[in-house]
Amino acid sequence: MADWRPLSGWRLYWRYVGQSLRAQLQYRGSVVLLAVGHFLITGGEFLAVWALLDRFGSLRGWSLAEVGVFYGLVSIAFATAEAVVRGFDVLPGLVKSGSFDRLLLRPRSVTLQVIGHELQLLRLGRWSQGVVVLAWSVAALQVDWTVGRVLLALWTVIGGACLFSGLFIAQAALSFWTTETLELINILTYGGVETAQFPLSVYRPWFRAFFTFVVPLACVSYFPGLAIVGRPHDAPTALLATAPAAGLLFLGASLLFWRHGLRHYTSTGS
Amino acid sequence: MRPYRAIASARFRLLLQYRAAAWAGIATQLFWGLIRTMVFEAFYRSSRAPQPMSLSETITYIWLGQALLAIVMLGVESEVRDTVRSGAVAYDLCRPVDLYSVLLIRNLAYRGATTALRAGPQLVLAACFLGLRLPPSPAALLAFGLATVMALLLASAWANLLTALLFFTVAGDGVVRLGTVLPWLLSGIVIPLPLLPDWWQAVAGWQPFAGLADLPFRLWIGHLPPAAVGQVLVFQAAWLLGFVLLGRLLLARGLRRLVVLGG
Repeated sequence: MADWRPLSGWRLYWRYVGQSLRAQLQYRGSVVLLAVGHFLITGGEFLAVWALLDRFGSLRGWSLAEVGVFYGLVSIAFATAEAVVRGFDVLPGLVKSGSFDRLLLRPRSVTLQVIGHELQLLRLGRWSQGVVVLAWSVAALQVDWTVGRVLLALWTVIGGACLFSGLFIAQAALSFWTTETLELINILTYGGVETAQFPLSVYRPWFRAFFTFVVPLACVSYFPGLAIVGRPHDAPTALLATAPAAGLLFLGASLLFWRHGLRHYTSTGS
Repeated sequence: MRPYRAIASARFRLLLQYRAAAWAGIATQLFWGLIRTMVFEAFYRSSRAPQPMSLSETITYIWLGQALLAIVMLGVESEVRDTVRSGAVAYDLCRPVDLYSVLLIRNLAYRGATTALRAGPQLVLAACFLGLRLPPSPAALLAFGLATVMALLLASAWANLLTALLFFTVAGDGVVRLGTVLPWLLSGIVIPLPLLPDWWQAVAGWQPFAGLADLPFRLWIGHLPPAAVGQVLVFQAAWLLGFVLLGRLLLARGLRRLVVLGG
Protein backbone atom coordinates (compact mmCIF):
# COMPACT_ATOMS: atom_id res chain seq x y z
CA MET A 1 0.00 0.00 0.00
CA ALA A 2 1.55 3.23 -1.07
CA ASP A 3 1.24 6.08 1.30
CA TRP A 4 0.33 9.16 -0.66
CA ARG A 5 0.63 11.65 2.11
CA PRO A 6 3.26 14.21 1.18
CA LEU A 7 6.56 13.79 2.92
CA SER A 8 8.01 16.66 4.79
CA GLY A 9 11.12 17.84 6.51
CA TRP A 10 13.71 15.27 7.46
CA ARG A 11 11.84 12.31 6.05
CA LEU A 12 11.82 13.95 2.65
CA TYR A 13 15.49 14.80 3.02
CA TRP A 14 16.44 11.20 3.77
CA ARG A 15 14.33 10.07 0.84
CA TYR A 16 16.30 12.44 -1.40
CA VAL A 17 19.58 11.18 0.04
CA GLY A 18 18.56 7.58 -0.55
CA GLN A 19 17.72 8.33 -4.16
CA SER A 20 20.98 10.13 -4.69
CA LEU A 21 23.04 7.29 -3.21
CA ARG A 22 21.24 4.70 -5.26
CA ALA A 23 21.77 6.76 -8.41
CA GLN A 24 25.49 7.11 -7.74
CA LEU A 25 25.90 3.42 -6.99
CA GLN A 26 24.63 2.60 -10.46
CA TYR A 27 28.11 3.55 -11.64
CA ARG A 28 29.99 1.81 -8.87
CA GLY A 29 33.30 1.62 -10.72
CA SER A 30 33.22 5.30 -11.48
CA VAL A 31 32.42 6.28 -7.92
CA VAL A 32 35.21 4.11 -6.55
CA LEU A 33 37.74 5.47 -9.05
CA LEU A 34 36.68 9.04 -8.33
CA ALA A 35 36.93 8.54 -4.59
CA VAL A 36 40.32 6.86 -4.94
CA GLY A 37 41.47 9.70 -7.17
CA HIS A 38 40.31 12.17 -4.57
CA PHE A 39 42.11 10.22 -1.85
CA LEU A 40 45.32 10.19 -3.89
CA ILE A 41 45.19 13.90 -4.72
CA THR A 42 44.70 14.94 -1.15
CA GLY A 43 47.04 12.21 0.07
CA GLY A 44 49.70 13.42 -2.35
CA GLU A 45 49.34 16.87 -0.88
CA PHE A 46 50.10 15.54 2.56
CA LEU A 47 53.07 13.58 1.23
CA ALA A 48 54.41 16.91 -0.02
CA VAL A 49 54.00 18.38 3.46
CA TRP A 50 55.88 15.39 4.83
CA ALA A 51 58.65 15.77 2.27
CA LEU A 52 59.06 19.45 3.10
CA LEU A 53 59.18 18.83 6.83
CA ASP A 54 61.71 16.08 6.20
CA ARG A 55 63.90 18.62 4.43
CA PHE A 56 63.40 21.65 6.63
CA GLY A 57 63.04 19.93 10.00
CA SER A 58 60.09 21.99 11.19
CA LEU A 59 57.64 24.60 10.02
CA ARG A 60 58.44 27.50 12.29
CA GLY A 61 58.52 25.19 15.25
CA TRP A 62 55.58 23.00 14.24
CA SER A 63 56.20 19.30 13.78
CA LEU A 64 54.62 17.11 11.11
CA ALA A 65 52.20 15.55 13.59
CA GLU A 66 51.05 18.97 14.77
CA VAL A 67 50.53 20.19 11.22
CA GLY A 68 48.70 16.91 10.59
CA VAL A 69 46.12 17.72 13.25
CA PHE A 70 45.23 21.02 11.58
CA TYR A 71 45.34 19.35 8.20
CA GLY A 72 43.10 16.45 9.22
CA LEU A 73 40.52 18.56 11.01
CA VAL A 74 40.00 20.98 8.16
CA SER A 75 39.98 18.23 5.52
CA ILE A 76 37.24 16.33 7.30
CA ALA A 77 35.19 19.50 7.81
CA PHE A 78 35.59 20.58 4.21
CA ALA A 79 34.79 17.17 2.72
CA THR A 80 31.67 16.95 4.86
CA ALA A 81 30.48 20.34 3.66
CA GLU A 82 31.31 19.51 0.05
CA ALA A 83 29.35 16.28 0.15
CA VAL A 84 26.29 17.64 1.94
CA VAL A 85 25.69 20.99 0.27
CA ARG A 86 26.75 19.85 -3.19
CA GLY A 87 23.28 20.86 -4.42
CA PHE A 88 24.22 24.50 -4.00
CA ASP A 89 27.18 23.89 -6.27
CA VAL A 90 24.95 22.97 -9.20
CA LEU A 91 22.41 25.68 -8.45
CA PRO A 92 23.90 28.35 -10.73
CA GLY A 93 23.41 25.96 -13.64
CA LEU A 94 19.75 25.54 -12.72
CA VAL A 95 19.31 29.30 -12.46
CA LYS A 96 20.96 29.87 -15.81
CA SER A 97 18.88 27.27 -17.63
CA GLY A 98 15.68 28.32 -15.91
CA SER A 99 15.04 24.87 -14.47
CA PHE A 100 15.19 26.40 -11.02
CA ASP A 101 11.56 27.45 -11.59
CA ARG A 102 10.53 23.83 -11.30
CA LEU A 103 11.82 23.71 -7.73
CA LEU A 104 9.77 26.77 -6.89
CA LEU A 105 6.61 25.13 -8.18
CA ARG A 106 6.87 22.19 -5.80
CA PRO A 107 5.05 22.74 -2.53
CA ARG A 108 8.15 22.00 -0.45
CA SER A 109 10.94 24.11 0.96
CA VAL A 110 13.34 25.16 -1.81
CA THR A 111 16.32 24.99 0.52
CA LEU A 112 15.47 21.40 1.39
CA GLN A 113 15.18 20.45 -2.26
CA VAL A 114 18.54 22.01 -3.07
CA ILE A 115 20.29 20.37 -0.13
CA GLY A 116 18.68 17.07 -1.06
CA HIS A 117 19.92 17.28 -4.61
CA GLU A 118 22.91 15.05 -4.00
CA LEU A 119 25.03 13.56 -1.24
CA GLN A 120 28.27 13.16 -3.08
CA LEU A 121 29.99 9.88 -2.37
CA LEU A 122 33.24 10.72 -4.09
CA ARG A 123 33.99 13.21 -1.31
CA LEU A 124 34.66 10.19 0.86
CA GLY A 125 38.11 10.33 -0.73
CA ARG A 126 39.17 13.54 0.97
CA TRP A 127 37.17 12.72 4.06
CA SER A 128 38.85 9.39 4.69
CA GLN A 129 42.25 10.86 3.91
CA GLY A 130 41.61 13.52 6.55
CA VAL A 131 40.63 10.84 9.04
CA VAL A 132 43.81 8.83 8.33
CA VAL A 133 46.04 11.88 8.71
CA LEU A 134 44.30 12.98 11.88
CA ALA A 135 44.46 9.50 13.40
CA TRP A 136 48.15 9.15 12.61
CA SER A 137 48.92 12.62 13.93
CA VAL A 138 47.22 12.25 17.27
CA ALA A 139 48.84 8.85 17.70
CA ALA A 140 52.26 10.34 16.95
CA LEU A 141 51.65 13.29 19.25
CA GLN A 142 50.56 11.01 22.08
CA VAL A 143 47.79 13.39 22.89
CA ASP A 144 45.97 12.48 26.05
CA TRP A 145 42.46 11.79 24.76
CA THR A 146 40.22 13.15 27.43
CA VAL A 147 36.49 13.34 26.76
CA GLY A 148 36.89 17.10 26.48
CA ARG A 149 39.46 16.78 23.69
CA VAL A 150 37.34 14.36 21.67
CA LEU A 151 34.33 16.62 22.00
CA LEU A 152 36.40 19.65 21.06
CA ALA A 153 37.67 17.89 17.92
CA LEU A 154 34.13 16.95 16.94
CA TRP A 155 32.89 20.44 17.66
CA THR A 156 35.71 21.90 15.57
CA VAL A 157 34.78 19.71 12.62
CA ILE A 158 31.12 20.70 12.97
CA GLY A 159 32.03 24.38 13.11
CA GLY A 160 34.28 23.98 10.08
CA ALA A 161 31.68 22.09 8.08
CA CYS A 162 29.18 24.86 8.88
CA LEU A 163 31.61 27.57 7.81
CA PHE A 164 32.38 25.92 4.48
CA SER A 165 28.70 25.14 3.91
CA GLY A 166 27.97 28.79 4.56
CA LEU A 167 30.52 29.79 1.93
CA PHE A 168 29.06 27.38 -0.64
CA ILE A 169 25.55 28.65 0.09
CA ALA A 170 26.58 32.30 -0.17
CA GLN A 171 28.30 31.51 -3.48
CA ALA A 172 25.09 29.92 -4.77
CA ALA A 173 22.95 32.80 -3.51
CA LEU A 174 25.08 35.27 -5.42
CA SER A 175 24.09 33.52 -8.63
CA PHE A 176 20.52 34.82 -8.16
CA TRP A 177 21.94 38.18 -9.15
CA THR A 178 24.70 37.18 -11.52
CA THR A 179 23.17 34.02 -13.09
CA GLU A 180 26.75 32.77 -13.28
CA THR A 181 28.89 30.79 -10.91
CA LEU A 182 31.16 33.20 -9.15
CA GLU A 183 34.31 31.15 -9.37
CA LEU A 184 36.13 33.84 -7.51
CA ILE A 185 34.52 32.56 -4.31
CA ASN A 186 36.53 29.37 -4.82
CA ILE A 187 39.38 31.39 -3.40
CA LEU A 188 37.59 31.30 -0.05
CA THR A 189 36.39 27.69 -0.19
CA TYR A 190 39.17 25.72 -1.83
CA GLY A 191 41.67 28.41 -0.94
CA GLY A 192 40.40 28.33 2.64
CA VAL A 193 40.93 24.62 3.07
CA GLU A 194 44.39 24.92 1.53
CA THR A 195 45.21 27.76 3.91
CA ALA A 196 43.97 26.05 7.05
CA GLN A 197 45.97 22.91 6.37
CA PHE A 198 48.87 24.71 7.98
CA PRO A 199 48.75 26.47 11.35
CA LEU A 200 47.64 29.99 10.52
CA SER A 201 50.55 31.47 12.45
CA VAL A 202 52.85 30.82 9.46
CA TYR A 203 51.10 33.40 7.28
CA ARG A 204 51.54 37.14 7.08
CA PRO A 205 49.50 39.30 9.48
CA TRP A 206 47.08 40.83 6.92
CA PHE A 207 46.30 37.37 5.59
CA ARG A 208 45.66 36.01 9.08
CA ALA A 209 43.45 38.97 9.91
CA PHE A 210 41.36 38.32 6.82
CA PHE A 211 40.84 34.67 7.69
CA THR A 212 39.98 35.53 11.28
CA PHE A 213 37.68 38.51 11.05
CA VAL A 214 36.20 38.45 7.53
CA VAL A 215 35.97 34.70 7.02
CA PRO A 216 36.34 33.18 10.48
CA LEU A 217 38.47 30.28 9.31
CA ALA A 218 40.86 30.60 12.23
CA CYS A 219 37.98 30.05 14.63
CA VAL A 220 37.23 26.61 13.20
CA SER A 221 40.81 25.43 12.76
CA TYR A 222 43.68 27.31 14.32
CA PHE A 223 42.22 28.36 17.67
CA PRO A 224 40.61 25.06 18.67
CA GLY A 225 43.54 23.24 17.08
CA LEU A 226 45.89 24.94 19.52
CA ALA A 227 43.93 23.49 22.41
CA ILE A 228 43.79 20.05 20.78
CA VAL A 229 47.51 19.68 20.13
CA GLY A 230 48.13 21.06 23.61
CA ARG A 231 50.37 23.96 22.65
CA PRO A 232 50.93 26.61 25.26
CA HIS A 233 48.85 29.63 24.30
CA ASP A 234 47.95 33.07 25.66
CA ALA A 235 44.19 32.91 25.22
CA PRO A 236 42.03 31.15 27.82
CA THR A 237 41.22 27.59 26.72
CA ALA A 238 37.51 28.27 27.14
CA LEU A 239 37.71 30.98 24.51
CA LEU A 240 39.56 28.71 22.09
CA ALA A 241 36.96 26.02 22.67
CA THR A 242 33.99 28.28 21.93
CA ALA A 243 35.59 29.72 18.79
CA PRO A 244 34.04 27.14 16.38
CA ALA A 245 30.66 28.70 17.14
CA ALA A 246 31.71 31.35 14.64
CA GLY A 247 31.19 28.74 11.92
CA LEU A 248 27.59 28.26 12.96
CA LEU A 249 27.01 32.01 13.02
CA PHE A 250 28.52 32.27 9.58
CA LEU A 251 26.21 29.57 8.28
CA GLY A 252 23.24 31.38 9.83
CA ALA A 253 24.19 34.63 8.12
CA SER A 254 24.63 32.80 4.80
CA LEU A 255 21.19 31.26 5.09
CA LEU A 256 19.67 34.69 5.70
CA PHE A 257 21.49 35.97 2.64
CA TRP A 258 20.25 32.95 0.67
CA ARG A 259 16.67 33.74 1.66
CA HIS A 260 17.13 37.32 0.65
CA GLY A 261 18.41 36.12 -2.71
CA LEU A 262 15.48 33.77 -3.15
CA ARG A 263 13.08 36.65 -2.75
CA HIS A 264 14.92 38.56 -5.44
CA TYR A 265 15.04 35.69 -7.87
CA THR A 266 13.81 36.47 -11.35
CA SER A 267 13.66 33.61 -13.79
CA THR A 268 15.81 33.80 -16.90
CA GLY A 269 12.66 32.69 -18.66
CA SER A 270 14.37 30.14 -20.86
CA MET B 1 48.07 18.75 -43.27
CA ARG B 2 45.41 21.34 -44.07
CA PRO B 3 42.45 19.83 -42.26
CA TYR B 4 44.54 19.48 -39.10
CA ARG B 5 45.63 23.08 -39.25
CA ALA B 6 42.00 24.12 -39.71
CA ILE B 7 40.89 22.10 -36.70
CA ALA B 8 43.66 23.58 -34.61
CA SER B 9 42.88 27.16 -35.50
CA ALA B 10 39.11 26.70 -35.08
CA ARG B 11 39.51 25.14 -31.63
CA PHE B 12 42.00 27.78 -30.63
CA ARG B 13 39.76 30.66 -31.65
CA LEU B 14 36.78 29.11 -29.92
CA LEU B 15 38.63 28.55 -26.66
CA LEU B 16 40.05 32.06 -26.65
CA GLN B 17 36.50 33.36 -26.22
CA TYR B 18 36.33 32.32 -22.57
CA ARG B 19 37.98 35.43 -21.23
CA ALA B 20 35.84 36.05 -18.15
CA ALA B 21 36.52 32.54 -16.94
CA ALA B 22 40.19 33.16 -17.57
CA TRP B 23 40.22 36.18 -15.27
CA ALA B 24 38.54 34.23 -12.49
CA GLY B 25 41.12 31.50 -13.05
CA ILE B 26 43.96 33.98 -12.91
CA ALA B 27 42.72 35.46 -9.65
CA THR B 28 42.36 32.00 -8.14
CA GLN B 29 45.82 30.93 -9.21
CA LEU B 30 47.38 34.14 -7.91
CA PHE B 31 45.77 33.50 -4.55
CA TRP B 32 47.04 29.95 -4.58
CA GLY B 33 50.51 31.13 -5.40
CA LEU B 34 50.33 33.59 -2.54
CA ILE B 35 49.47 30.86 -0.03
CA ARG B 36 52.24 28.65 -1.34
CA THR B 37 54.89 31.36 -1.32
CA MET B 38 54.00 32.22 2.27
CA VAL B 39 54.22 28.57 3.30
CA PHE B 40 57.60 28.16 1.60
CA GLU B 41 58.87 31.36 3.18
CA ALA B 42 57.94 29.92 6.55
CA PHE B 43 59.75 26.67 5.72
CA TYR B 44 62.89 28.47 4.60
CA ARG B 45 62.89 30.54 7.77
CA SER B 46 62.71 27.36 9.85
CA SER B 47 66.06 25.97 8.77
CA ARG B 48 69.53 27.37 8.29
CA ALA B 49 70.81 24.36 6.38
CA PRO B 50 71.71 25.03 2.74
CA GLN B 51 68.97 23.86 0.37
CA PRO B 52 69.14 22.64 -3.23
CA MET B 53 67.23 25.75 -4.28
CA SER B 54 67.26 29.22 -2.72
CA LEU B 55 64.03 30.79 -1.47
CA SER B 56 63.85 33.26 -4.34
CA GLU B 57 64.40 30.44 -6.83
CA THR B 58 61.62 28.46 -5.19
CA ILE B 59 59.28 31.44 -5.31
CA THR B 60 59.96 31.93 -9.01
CA TYR B 61 59.38 28.21 -9.55
CA ILE B 62 56.01 28.45 -7.76
CA TRP B 63 54.84 31.40 -9.84
CA LEU B 64 55.84 29.68 -13.06
CA GLY B 65 53.85 26.69 -11.88
CA GLN B 66 50.78 28.85 -11.30
CA ALA B 67 51.10 30.64 -14.63
CA LEU B 68 51.54 27.43 -16.61
CA LEU B 69 49.25 25.27 -14.48
CA ALA B 70 46.97 24.53 -17.43
CA ILE B 71 49.68 22.52 -19.18
CA VAL B 72 49.89 20.09 -16.29
CA MET B 73 46.46 20.10 -14.79
CA LEU B 74 44.00 20.02 -17.67
CA GLY B 75 42.58 16.60 -18.32
CA VAL B 76 40.62 15.71 -21.41
CA GLU B 77 38.27 18.30 -22.81
CA SER B 78 34.74 17.49 -21.66
CA GLU B 79 33.47 17.72 -25.25
CA VAL B 80 35.90 15.01 -26.32
CA ARG B 81 34.88 12.89 -23.36
CA ASP B 82 31.25 13.25 -24.36
CA THR B 83 31.87 12.28 -27.98
CA VAL B 84 33.32 8.99 -26.80
CA ARG B 85 30.54 8.36 -24.31
CA SER B 86 27.69 9.35 -26.62
CA GLY B 87 29.14 7.57 -29.63
CA ALA B 88 29.39 10.79 -31.63
CA VAL B 89 32.98 9.74 -32.21
CA ALA B 90 31.52 7.75 -35.09
CA TYR B 91 31.27 11.01 -37.05
CA ASP B 92 34.96 11.62 -36.54
CA LEU B 93 35.68 8.12 -37.76
CA CYS B 94 33.77 8.83 -40.98
CA ARG B 95 36.01 11.78 -41.78
CA PRO B 96 39.10 11.23 -43.90
CA VAL B 97 41.44 12.19 -41.08
CA ASP B 98 43.52 10.28 -38.59
CA LEU B 99 41.57 10.11 -35.31
CA TYR B 100 44.66 10.06 -33.11
CA SER B 101 45.96 13.27 -34.70
CA VAL B 102 42.59 14.99 -34.41
CA LEU B 103 42.38 14.15 -30.73
CA LEU B 104 45.97 15.24 -30.20
CA ILE B 105 45.27 18.56 -31.87
CA ARG B 106 42.18 19.12 -29.76
CA ASN B 107 44.05 18.34 -26.57
CA LEU B 108 46.89 20.56 -27.69
CA ALA B 109 44.58 23.47 -28.54
CA TYR B 110 42.78 23.07 -25.22
CA ARG B 111 46.04 23.42 -23.31
CA GLY B 112 47.58 25.97 -25.63
CA ALA B 113 44.61 28.35 -25.61
CA THR B 114 44.07 28.12 -21.86
CA THR B 115 47.75 28.70 -21.18
CA ALA B 116 47.91 31.56 -23.68
CA LEU B 117 45.03 33.31 -21.94
CA ARG B 118 46.30 32.85 -18.43
CA ALA B 119 50.08 32.82 -18.47
CA GLY B 120 50.79 36.36 -19.69
CA PRO B 121 48.90 38.39 -17.10
CA GLN B 122 50.06 36.12 -14.30
CA LEU B 123 53.71 36.32 -15.25
CA VAL B 124 53.54 40.11 -15.52
CA LEU B 125 51.77 40.52 -12.17
CA ALA B 126 54.04 38.05 -10.43
CA ALA B 127 57.16 39.65 -11.87
CA CYS B 128 56.06 43.18 -10.86
CA PHE B 129 54.69 42.54 -7.39
CA LEU B 130 55.12 39.00 -6.17
CA GLY B 131 58.77 38.09 -6.41
CA LEU B 132 59.00 36.25 -9.73
CA ARG B 133 62.58 36.69 -10.97
CA LEU B 134 63.26 37.03 -14.67
CA PRO B 135 65.58 34.50 -16.31
CA PRO B 136 69.26 35.33 -15.79
CA SER B 137 70.00 35.50 -19.52
CA PRO B 138 68.20 35.61 -22.89
CA ALA B 139 69.61 32.14 -23.51
CA ALA B 140 67.86 30.84 -20.40
CA LEU B 141 64.59 32.36 -21.59
CA LEU B 142 64.99 30.76 -25.00
CA ALA B 143 65.79 27.39 -23.44
CA PHE B 144 62.70 27.72 -21.23
CA GLY B 145 60.57 28.58 -24.25
CA LEU B 146 61.69 25.55 -26.23
CA ALA B 147 61.23 23.19 -23.29
CA THR B 148 57.77 24.64 -22.59
CA VAL B 149 56.61 24.01 -26.15
CA MET B 150 57.82 20.45 -25.77
CA ALA B 151 56.03 20.23 -22.41
CA LEU B 152 52.79 21.24 -24.13
CA LEU B 153 53.22 18.42 -26.64
CA LEU B 154 54.12 15.93 -23.95
CA ALA B 155 51.09 16.88 -21.85
CA SER B 156 48.80 16.60 -24.86
CA ALA B 157 50.16 13.16 -25.71
CA TRP B 158 49.49 12.09 -22.12
CA ALA B 159 45.94 13.45 -22.40
CA ASN B 160 45.56 11.48 -25.62
CA LEU B 161 46.57 8.35 -23.79
CA LEU B 162 43.78 9.03 -21.30
CA THR B 163 41.37 9.72 -24.16
CA ALA B 164 42.23 6.34 -25.66
CA LEU B 165 41.47 4.71 -22.31
CA LEU B 166 37.98 6.22 -22.45
CA PHE B 167 37.16 3.75 -25.22
CA PHE B 168 37.47 0.91 -22.72
CA THR B 169 35.22 2.14 -19.91
CA VAL B 170 32.12 4.17 -19.21
CA ALA B 171 33.70 5.28 -15.95
CA GLY B 172 35.58 7.93 -17.88
CA ASP B 173 35.51 10.64 -15.22
CA GLY B 174 37.41 8.44 -12.82
CA VAL B 175 40.06 7.52 -15.36
CA VAL B 176 40.64 11.12 -16.33
CA ARG B 177 40.79 12.25 -12.75
CA LEU B 178 43.32 9.60 -11.80
CA GLY B 179 45.21 10.48 -14.94
CA THR B 180 45.58 14.09 -13.90
CA VAL B 181 46.69 13.24 -10.38
CA LEU B 182 49.99 11.76 -11.55
CA PRO B 183 51.30 14.74 -13.51
CA TRP B 184 50.11 17.08 -10.81
CA LEU B 185 51.97 15.19 -8.08
CA LEU B 186 55.10 14.40 -10.06
CA SER B 187 55.70 17.45 -12.24
CA GLY B 188 56.81 19.78 -9.48
CA ILE B 189 53.54 21.69 -9.08
CA VAL B 190 52.87 20.41 -5.56
CA ILE B 191 56.47 20.54 -4.46
CA PRO B 192 59.47 21.60 -6.54
CA LEU B 193 61.20 18.35 -7.43
CA PRO B 194 64.68 19.46 -6.26
CA LEU B 195 63.23 19.84 -2.76
CA LEU B 196 62.12 16.21 -2.53
CA PRO B 197 64.16 14.04 -0.16
CA ASP B 198 67.53 13.15 -1.65
CA TRP B 199 66.78 9.45 -2.03
CA TRP B 200 63.78 10.31 -4.24
CA GLN B 201 65.79 12.43 -6.63
CA ALA B 202 66.87 9.55 -8.86
CA VAL B 203 63.29 8.48 -9.49
CA ALA B 204 61.91 12.01 -9.63
CA GLY B 205 64.30 13.01 -12.38
CA TRP B 206 63.49 10.11 -14.68
CA GLN B 207 59.73 9.96 -14.62
CA PRO B 208 58.04 11.62 -17.63
CA PHE B 209 56.14 14.30 -15.73
CA ALA B 210 59.34 16.10 -14.75
CA GLY B 211 59.33 17.22 -18.38
CA LEU B 212 55.99 19.02 -17.94
CA ALA B 213 57.05 21.64 -15.44
CA ASP B 214 60.17 20.94 -13.42
CA LEU B 215 62.74 20.89 -16.24
CA PRO B 216 61.45 23.98 -18.12
CA PHE B 217 61.15 25.90 -14.84
CA ARG B 218 64.69 25.06 -13.82
CA LEU B 219 65.91 26.33 -17.17
CA TRP B 220 64.12 29.64 -16.48
CA ILE B 221 65.59 30.15 -13.02
CA GLY B 222 69.05 29.06 -14.12
CA HIS B 223 69.09 26.00 -11.87
CA LEU B 224 69.93 24.17 -15.10
CA PRO B 225 72.31 25.99 -17.47
CA PRO B 226 70.86 26.98 -20.87
CA ALA B 227 73.26 24.49 -22.46
CA ALA B 228 71.30 21.68 -20.78
CA VAL B 229 68.33 22.40 -23.00
CA GLY B 230 69.49 19.79 -25.51
CA GLN B 231 69.35 17.06 -22.90
CA VAL B 232 66.00 18.27 -21.63
CA LEU B 233 64.50 18.23 -25.12
CA VAL B 234 65.82 14.73 -25.78
CA PHE B 235 64.36 13.55 -22.48
CA GLN B 236 60.99 15.09 -23.29
CA ALA B 237 61.05 13.77 -26.85
CA ALA B 238 61.79 10.25 -25.68
CA TRP B 239 58.78 10.21 -23.38
CA LEU B 240 56.68 11.93 -26.03
CA LEU B 241 57.49 9.14 -28.43
CA GLY B 242 56.57 6.57 -25.80
CA PHE B 243 53.23 8.24 -25.05
CA VAL B 244 52.37 8.58 -28.73
CA LEU B 245 53.16 4.96 -29.52
CA LEU B 246 51.26 3.66 -26.53
CA GLY B 247 48.36 6.02 -27.22
CA ARG B 248 48.11 4.90 -30.83
CA LEU B 249 48.23 1.27 -29.80
CA LEU B 250 45.49 1.73 -27.21
CA LEU B 251 43.33 3.76 -29.57
CA ALA B 252 43.61 1.11 -32.28
CA ARG B 253 42.66 -1.56 -29.75
CA GLY B 254 39.79 0.54 -28.49
CA LEU B 255 38.45 1.20 -31.97
CA ARG B 256 38.55 -2.49 -32.81
CA ARG B 257 36.13 -3.22 -29.99
CA LEU B 258 34.10 -0.04 -30.42
CA VAL B 259 30.42 -0.57 -31.05
CA VAL B 260 28.35 2.47 -31.92
CA LEU B 261 24.64 1.95 -31.70
CA GLY B 262 22.60 3.79 -34.28
CA GLY B 263 19.67 5.96 -33.42
